[in-house]
Amino acid sequence: MAYRAHILISGDPLCIEKGARDVETALRSKLRDLVLEDEVQVMEVSTLGHSDQGPEFVVYPDGVNYVNLTPEDASFIVEEHLLKGRPVEKFIYKDLPEPLPAPAAKEVRVVLENVGRIDPGNIEDYIAFDGYAALAKVMTEMTPEEVIDVVKKSGLRGRGGAGFPTWLKWNFARRAEGDKKFIICNGDEGDPGAFMNRRVLEGDPHAVIEGMIIAAYAIGAQQGYFYVRAEYPIAIHTLRVAIKQAREYGLLGKDIFGSGFDFDLEVRMGAGAFVCGEETALMQSIEGKRGMPRTRPPFPATSGLWGYPTNINNVETYANVPRILLKGADWFASMGTEKSKGTKTFAIAGKVKRTGLVEVPLGITLREVVYDVGGGILDDKKFKAVQTGGPMGGCIPEEYLDQPVDYETLASLGSIMGSGGMVIMDEDTCMVDIARFFMEFVQEESCGKCVPCRVGTRRMLEILNNICAGKGQPGDIERLEELSKYIIDGALCGLGKGAPNPVLSTIKFFRDEYEAHIYDKKCPAKVCKGLITYSIDPDVCIGCTRCARNCPVGAISGKPKEAHKIDPDVCIRCGVCKQVCPVGAVSVD
Amino acid sequence: MKSLEELQKIKERALKRRQLGAEGARARVTVAMGTCGIAAGARDTMKAVLDEIEKRQITDVVVTQTGCLGLCEYEPIVLVQVGDAEAVTYGKIDPSRVPTLIEKHLLNNAPVEEWQVKTGK
Repeated sequence: MAYRAHILISGDPLCIEKGARDVETALRSKLRDLVLEDEVQVMEVSTLGHSDQGPEFVVYPDGVNYVNLTPEDASFIVEEHLLKGRPVEKFIYKDLPEPLPAPAAKEVRVVLENVGRIDPGNIEDYIAFDGYAALAKVMTEMTPEEVIDVVKKSGLRGRGGAGFPTWLKWNFARRAEGDKKFIICNGDEGDPGAFMNRRVLEGDPHAVIEGMIIAAYAIGAQQGYFYVRAEYPIAIHTLRVAIKQAREYGLLGKDIFGSGFDFDLEVRMGAGAFVCGEETALMQSIEGKRGMPRTRPPFPATSGLWGYPTNINNVETYANVPRILLKGADWFASMGTEKSKGTKTFAIAGKVKRTGLVEVPLGITLREVVYDVGGGILDDKKFKAVQTGGPMGGCIPEEYLDQPVDYETLASLGSIMGSGGMVIMDEDTCMVDIARFFMEFVQEESCGKCVPCRVGTRRMLEILNNICAGKGQPGDIERLEELSKYIIDGALCGLGKGAPNPVLSTIKFFRDEYEAHIYDKKCPAKVCKGLITYSIDPDVCIGCTRCARNCPVGAISGKPKEAHKIDPDVCIRCGVCKQVCPVGAVSVD
Repeated sequence: MKSLEELQKIKERALKRRQLGAEGARARVTVAMGTCGIAAGARDTMKAVLDEIEKRQITDVVVTQTGCLGLCEYEPIVLVQVGDAEAVTYGKIDPSRVPTLIEKHLLNNAPVEEWQVKTGK
């Protein structure tokens, strides 16, 4: 007879010891009560792998593994899951990732020091750990020139991506003429997967506020703006609370620390445009105009917001400032490399065991980031490349793993530091697809002001889409390179100028993959849907019909207990059949 | 605030308050409420903590919040500190686990090992 479901219960000695037999009795009894014993078969298997959490059983075809069960739990599951079709969440085995420490290996938390240690909604928590002590020192003992000098000695470079020396930027604004001056904090953080700034804004907003007040004092600004992307509502809320508290404590407003210096802050929200992370487009946005970049010169330091001298820095840049003033330039300069001082936060994503946000000293090698901090490649597969800097960054292959992470080295390898994203790729990543993915993002986010960017990236995306769909033409690689040259030359801002980077660097280091797509019509990593086929090995297939039942488009045909077949014209290459096949009969070419 | 001395006073007051025993507090429970935590349900966990404490009429514990600790895949995270002992970090604490945590660790000073997350020190 045909059962519609099977319950496989573990007969492992440890499970038996913990009462598996009573659980089995309860299962059979409940199935009888609900008249299901002809539809659901209960079978004992030797083990299911989690006997330390036994008794346990698995319900097929759903593949749900229940653990830590009592007979009552078993009855409940029969009623809820087998009769009503509702798996019972609280008994399902949850695979907790292997305990990984935080901070991670080699992490040095400077900017993130307070995050997780203080209540960001309480300014006194911040003060308890020397919060605003730097500001007090600056306001009562130092001149603006002295402040800039300390920042110069520290070697702090802009953390937004360009790495421009922070002291120099402040100095330009300090020396510029204008009856008003402004400070802006760039919290737009548009790189997909990057959340360094969010974490600091949510967890230690006062560090950024204090940094901004110090910067304002150094350049002589009276008003500052936080520009935070609307996708960060909690950060925005936390900032507003923090600003309010800072005002209450006399740290913002008039005559701060009795110095005669006035300064206040306001929060402005972005509206979902990646290009508004670019400083001139950001200022346009604050002014209420469409976010499009302006020509430079003039630079914001001389003519920025509403034409006034403006200093704009990234969240992380400001967050470093209080500690530099408090602990000294030498302390900061003792970390990092000769030209890239201090630490940097990175959002590690991709095929590593430990993804997430970390802060490491600059100069750490890529290998250390991937294997020590990141814990190595998932499933112990082979490393292929690490992409740094977000959508404008390039991919760095294995031979450069021992290179240090600093501004100059990453640039020399055809990539950028960016705001700190690192995506790690393994042997199953298609580098052409990666280039296409980033170009798609950039194309959508292009503001449209300049033809090379607006049209050029569109053309590049078309070519890349064709290549990935198996319609690549000889000469495509050369066309991509030519277009890149025009876009880099002609684009007004970093978005356009950086857009070709992922393509150029993947062509440089992985040209063979492009050629395989174009000439052989094959995707070596087996990712591009237009170039792969799924097939079932008739010698391995046991005819269990699981693939056919799970196929979302009905592409698989076959009778029970007979070998099944996939129709390549209907198949959408989703991979579900491969996932559910219990005997590994499905292969991809 | 107009002077370094004022700031210093606030700092000392704040440090004292953070120490347990300052306001009759014997223990502190902290829930991580960064976006990652909230996405994993930290608001419900926080509510469960407050409800449980009220239900059991515990008066000598401080409940507070913090940002993201960098253990995003273990959210919701709850830190429990009792007396002079170091704070223990717990992971995947959904509301159903809160009563056990309060009972075992907070009231009986018996940390719940299977929910602990090792933090590198």
